[in-house]
Amino acid sequence: MTPRITLAIAGRVLTQIRRDRRTLAMLLVLPCLLIVVLWWMFNDLPGEHFDQLGPGLLAIFPFFVMFLVTSVTTLRERGSGTLERLLSMPMSKFDFLLGYAVAFGLIAAVQSALAVAVSVGLLGLDVAGPVWLLGVVAIVDAMLGTALGLLVSAFAATEFQAVQFMPLVVVPQILLCGFFLPREDMPSTLAAISNVLPLSYAVDAMQALVNDAQVGEVWRDIAVVLGFAVVALTLAAATLRRRTA
Amino acid sequence: MNQPIEISDLVVVRGGREVLAGITLNVTAGVTGLLGPSGCGKSTLMRAVVGVQKVRSGTVKVLGLPAGDAALRDRVGYLTQAASVYDDLSVEENMHFFARVLDVSGGAVDETIEAVDLGSQRHQTVGRLSGGQRSRVSLAVALLANPDLLVLDEPTVGLDPVLRRDLWRLFHDLGARGTAVLVSSHVMDEADRCERLLLMREGRIIADGTPAEIRGDARDIEDAFLRLVDPQ
Repeated sequence: MTPRITLAIAGRVLTQIRRDRRTLAMLLVLPCLLIVVLWWMFNDLPGEHFDQLGPGLLAIFPFFVMFLVTSVTTLRERGSGTLERLLSMPMSKFDFLLGYAVAFGLIAAVQSALAVAVSVGLLGLDVAGPVWLLGVVAIVDAMLGTALGLLVSAFAATEFQAVQFMPLVVVPQILLCGFFLPREDMPSTLAAISNVLPLSYAVDAMQALVNDAQVGEVWRDIAVVLGFAVVALTLAAATLRRRTA
Repeated sequence: MNQPIEISDLVVVRGGREVLAGITLNVTAGVTGLLGPSGCGKSTLMRAVVGVQKVRSGTVKVLGLPAGDAALRDRVGYLTQAASVYDDLSVEENMHFFARVLDVSGGAVDETIEAVDLGSQRHQTVGRLSGGQRSRVSLAVALLANPDLLVLDEPTVGLDPVLRRDLWRLFHDLGARGTAVLVSSHVMDEADRCERLLLMREGRIIADGTPAEIRGDARDIEDAFLRLVDPQ
């Protein structure tokens, strides 16, 4: 691996996103707006609903947005021949994958900084633990989304198919991550499935940070999410072939 | 001195069909044209030389190393038929990105942009350029690392005659400086621009020699091709 090439790829991906004003606006503004909708929805009800649901949403956004953006972007890269060209150059597969992970990790950092600022500053979300750790969870979580997006793009022939992986890979994780129902209240089979899905750990980390500030537990969850991301990236590397039929 | 390209008994099968049916050839220094109708296997042969094609059997050696060897990755420049560049970036941004990947200087970027005559388009987004201009951006990327071997898949298709002449001049300049250049085309009238010709049809090389040798007493290369295929 060569840091120069990894950074060249990350820089190029960021330039492409910056050019695409509409996508950039969606990436940065939309999560904030949806968090406001969530807050507003429960605003007139008694109880601390927003404090319970907000953290989950903060974990879900970076994950699914980066999954979608990455799977479509890399598919375009496979289709246009630029990936084949890069693979015929002195570039390691991990340069390519890490370049993407770094670029989208940075966007996720900005995205979550905005979302956290809106939640904490504007909507009064009470965060028991250190606020900056929310950002760390979001970045790792976004890298997980990016890694899975890179992996899935190998199995999609068109951008249309890539989008179809949303209901397969992303929606079950959102249903079972503890956002709608605490994981301990689920039927035991579903709770067991939820235990092997990475998003559950990102949501756990966010909830632990907001509700009871157990920083040790948060770091353990972060490590689990990162582990899943590394496995997904390794599998994705195996799908990048220099020689094809 | 190693031959730029040495191929022996190369067989490539794709989708149950033999795309290359046992090809043996050498490519020497200078400009070699690979001519044949579309679908005859030119692109597959070029992919095998670059080392991105799965092969059934046979060997392909490039600059003395097995095709696709890691040590060849900055010594072989490859131009695919589709322009493999980023449409949403400008000419210059594309070039600087690939220059960083290849670890070449900004000076090389300016030189290659001039070499393919895109100086006045350098700040334009590639997606807004014409097809010919886009393929020249892609060609510029292939030239960037000043490779020892250039594999160019139909670089002059659809270009203005003046530009086509200029590009062939560029290929000959590169050839004279010691770069081996393998250029494919399905347009037979480009044959006379090459120092050496390989005629290809249905996955086989049917003629190999200088344009004069292949033409013989035929009117032109197209006529020579027809006589080879259909001797009556």
